[in-house]
Amino acid sequence: MKVETEKESGQGGAGFAKRRRPGELAIRGFLFFCGALSIATTIGILYELGKESFLFFGDEEVGVVDFLTATIWQPQVGGFGIWPLVLGTVLISIIAMLVAGPIGLAAAIYLSEYASNRVRGFFKPVLEVLVGIPTVVYGFFALTFVTPLLRSLFGASLVGFFNVLSAGVVVGVLIVPLISSLAEDALRAVPDSLRQAAYAMGASKLEVSTRVVVPAALSGIAAGFVVAMSRAVGETMVVTLAAGASPRNFTLGDDSLFGYILNPFQGAQAMTGYVVITASGDLSYNTIDYNSIFAIGLTLFFMTLGLNSLSRRFVKRFQQVYE
Amino acid sequence: MSVEAPERPRRELFPTDEEYRDHLGSRRRKAVGFKFFCLGMLSIAVLALATLLYTIVNDSFGLVAVVNENDPGAIVAGLGHDPEVTGLQEVTYEELVGLLEANVSSGVGRRLEREQRFYEDRLVFEDEATWAEICASDDPPTGCNAAPRDHNNVYALVQERVVVTDVIASYQLVPSIFSPDRFEAEVAEGFEAGRFPDHDLDRVTYEWRAWFNPTFVTTPQNATPEVAGIRTAVLGSLWLVVVTVLFAVPVGVGAAIYLVEYARPNRFNDFVQTNINNLAGVPSIIYGMLGLAIFVRVLEPLTSGAIFTDGVPPSDNGRTVIAAGLTLGLLTLPVVIISSQEALKAVPDSLRHAGLALGATRWQTVRSQILPVALPGILTGTILAIARAIGETAPLILVGASGFITADPTGPFSKFTALPIQIFQWTARPQEEFHNIAAAASIALLLLLLTLNAVAVILRNRYSRRAE
Repeated sequence: MKVETEKESGQGGAGFAKRRRPGELAIRGFLFFCGALSIATTIGILYELGKESFLFFGDEEVGVVDFLTATIWQPQVGGFGIWPLVLGTVLISIIAMLVAGPIGLAAAIYLSEYASNRVRGFFKPVLEVLVGIPTVVYGFFALTFVTPLLRSLFGASLVGFFNVLSAGVVVGVLIVPLISSLAEDALRAVPDSLRQAAYAMGASKLEVSTRVVVPAALSGIAAGFVVAMSRAVGETMVVTLAAGASPRNFTLGDDSLFGYILNPFQGAQAMTGYVVITASGDLSYNTIDYNSIFAIGLTLFFMTLGLNSLSRRFVKRFQQVYE
Repeated sequence: MSVEAPERPRRELFPTDEEYRDHLGSRRRKAVGFKFFCLGMLSIAVLALATLLYTIVNDSFGLVAVVNENDPGAIVAGLGHDPEVTGLQEVTYEELVGLLEANVSSGVGRRLEREQRFYEDRLVFEDEATWAEICASDDPPTGCNAAPRDHNNVYALVQERVVVTDVIASYQLVPSIFSPDRFEAEVAEGFEAGRFPDHDLDRVTYEWRAWFNPTFVTTPQNATPEVAGIRTAVLGSLWLVVVTVLFAVPVGVGAAIYLVEYARPNRFNDFVQTNINNLAGVPSIIYGMLGLAIFVRVLEPLTSGAIFTDGVPPSDNGRTVIAAGLTLGLLTLPVVIISSQEALKAVPDSLRHAGLALGATRWQTVRSQILPVALPGILTGTILAIARAIGETAPLILVGASGFITADPTGPFSKFTALPIQIFQWTARPQEEFHNIAAAASIALLLLLLTLNAVAVILRNRYSRRAE
């Protein structure tokens, strides 16, 4: 009823609102195109990675089963098992998480529960600067400072010039700010009523932090850890410079597990490292080398995608609890 | 009906007052210990940053052991100047070119001139007829079109070809200050061990060297570390920024406006949003592969500039500034979109309602009401995203910026190298001197990023004042 009267009384207005405006439409179209471009990017990534991987697996030298199960990566002689490269990536990421996890979480607890505004005002910019430093500079740092330090600490005979430990430690430093800022956000989102209730029961600050606030923020913290892990897996320059360019080929059962396969003191090429080293040489299209980097890229893409969706799930759970 | 009192918990489960008080001390100690543990962990992060900066500065300055084949003082004296007053760098351009003419073989001289000529109006090593001939050929050398060399460039050539300065060993800053004697001892040991077979210990001089200096920034790339510079790389990085900004800013802000101001919450728009969040988490190396496959390979006619010229394309393949810039653009796009969205969402709805109520169309409202208010936020987010793009290395290697390039980039279709690439290549070399210039290039990169961040802060302050 009301709508009809409005239409009758304001005919001019309605016509004005309905007038075709090609300019407006064009702008709207352009803005829509900008938004849709991101989908085109995703399709582009999936299509190109998929296409080249398909060509890679179509090569008679390579089989999908071998790629996913074999533990020798030697493209020169037709060894295409991805596990040595995955091993390098996983070793470095685990060391990085062992370094960054405790530092990041403790830093977040300090910033959220203890620090005065002045102390926060000093530490937050430092963490932001750590994020802003290009990864290639971290790579330089790993190779010229951390590696010599490790070699003088543990002995040059034990620690190789290229080693997984140095790369892992520096990647760890690089992801500390990521963990600390995400974990701090999660800790700060915990309602104060929980803290006050615990204090009222006579709990000390340690007990409030570790037994009330951290468990309450756990899914948010976990999301931060997973995002950091995904960042470590995709990290390239530090890994290329510090962990060396030879894949750690192994045979399960024959090679000693801790002496060789999981040894942090020797080099092991990671997935990203292989891609960079291969691409920086003379790379011609439609060769097995060219196709192989895309197959590894596809694996990497799914690994990080999996980790990122996992973290989003954690965040969602956290938001459901407190919103 | 009476309410029943809840059953009291059993008394023995709780500590007595005495037990509680005994316990208090250890609880207190633990709490204080934990606080300092957390602070210590946080300090490790600060320490890491300090160590990193220390490493870079430590490698950028320090003592070097130098062997000059010809003494620069004697050369200056030979030109008729007083070596006490005039350094080799202060003599005129003509005198420097003269030195090259007198000391360099004609073959090398011709090569240098073909790379880049010495004078606009005359030739030094080539004769006019040959020059006209090679410039008219199908594949003219860079010297035919490039601007002539400048003073710094020729000075570097004189250093390289006439003085033949050879840095045979270098020392880091801190040990150079505290134990310079040990450096000399190490060099002498090196001579005894036969590590410098081409040199004579008596001719070694020790001098201080700042690897990061103005000449380093203005000299082009070179294969010898002591005369190499980063001009080529800095210009390459700046060109990349231009292309990245021109692509990522309009598209990113446009996408953010669409998502915040136009899009209704339906399945497609939700999908776009999720997709953008996912793209932000994709490792940069994957964008490099996308750039290699699409911009370098499929769009080669476009990115090599072939479709814009009838004859010879500016570049013989797609590994150009524009391909790399677009790749970096795609890489920064999600970050630009997300930060612009935040800025737009922070604009109060009352402004939108007021604009629409006055009869403005949606775009008019966005352009004259919402964008001015959101601009500081958008600018800050965008500049930070661009700063991240400058430091990216992996995607650039993938799209092929790793060649040895000494000519300055001249446009979107030229081949290029970039600062992070230089740092990567120099770091990967085993010789100490390459690490010195890698550290110096890192300082340059960090200064560039610092400048950008400062610009972000200034712009933000300026625009937020205007918007108020």
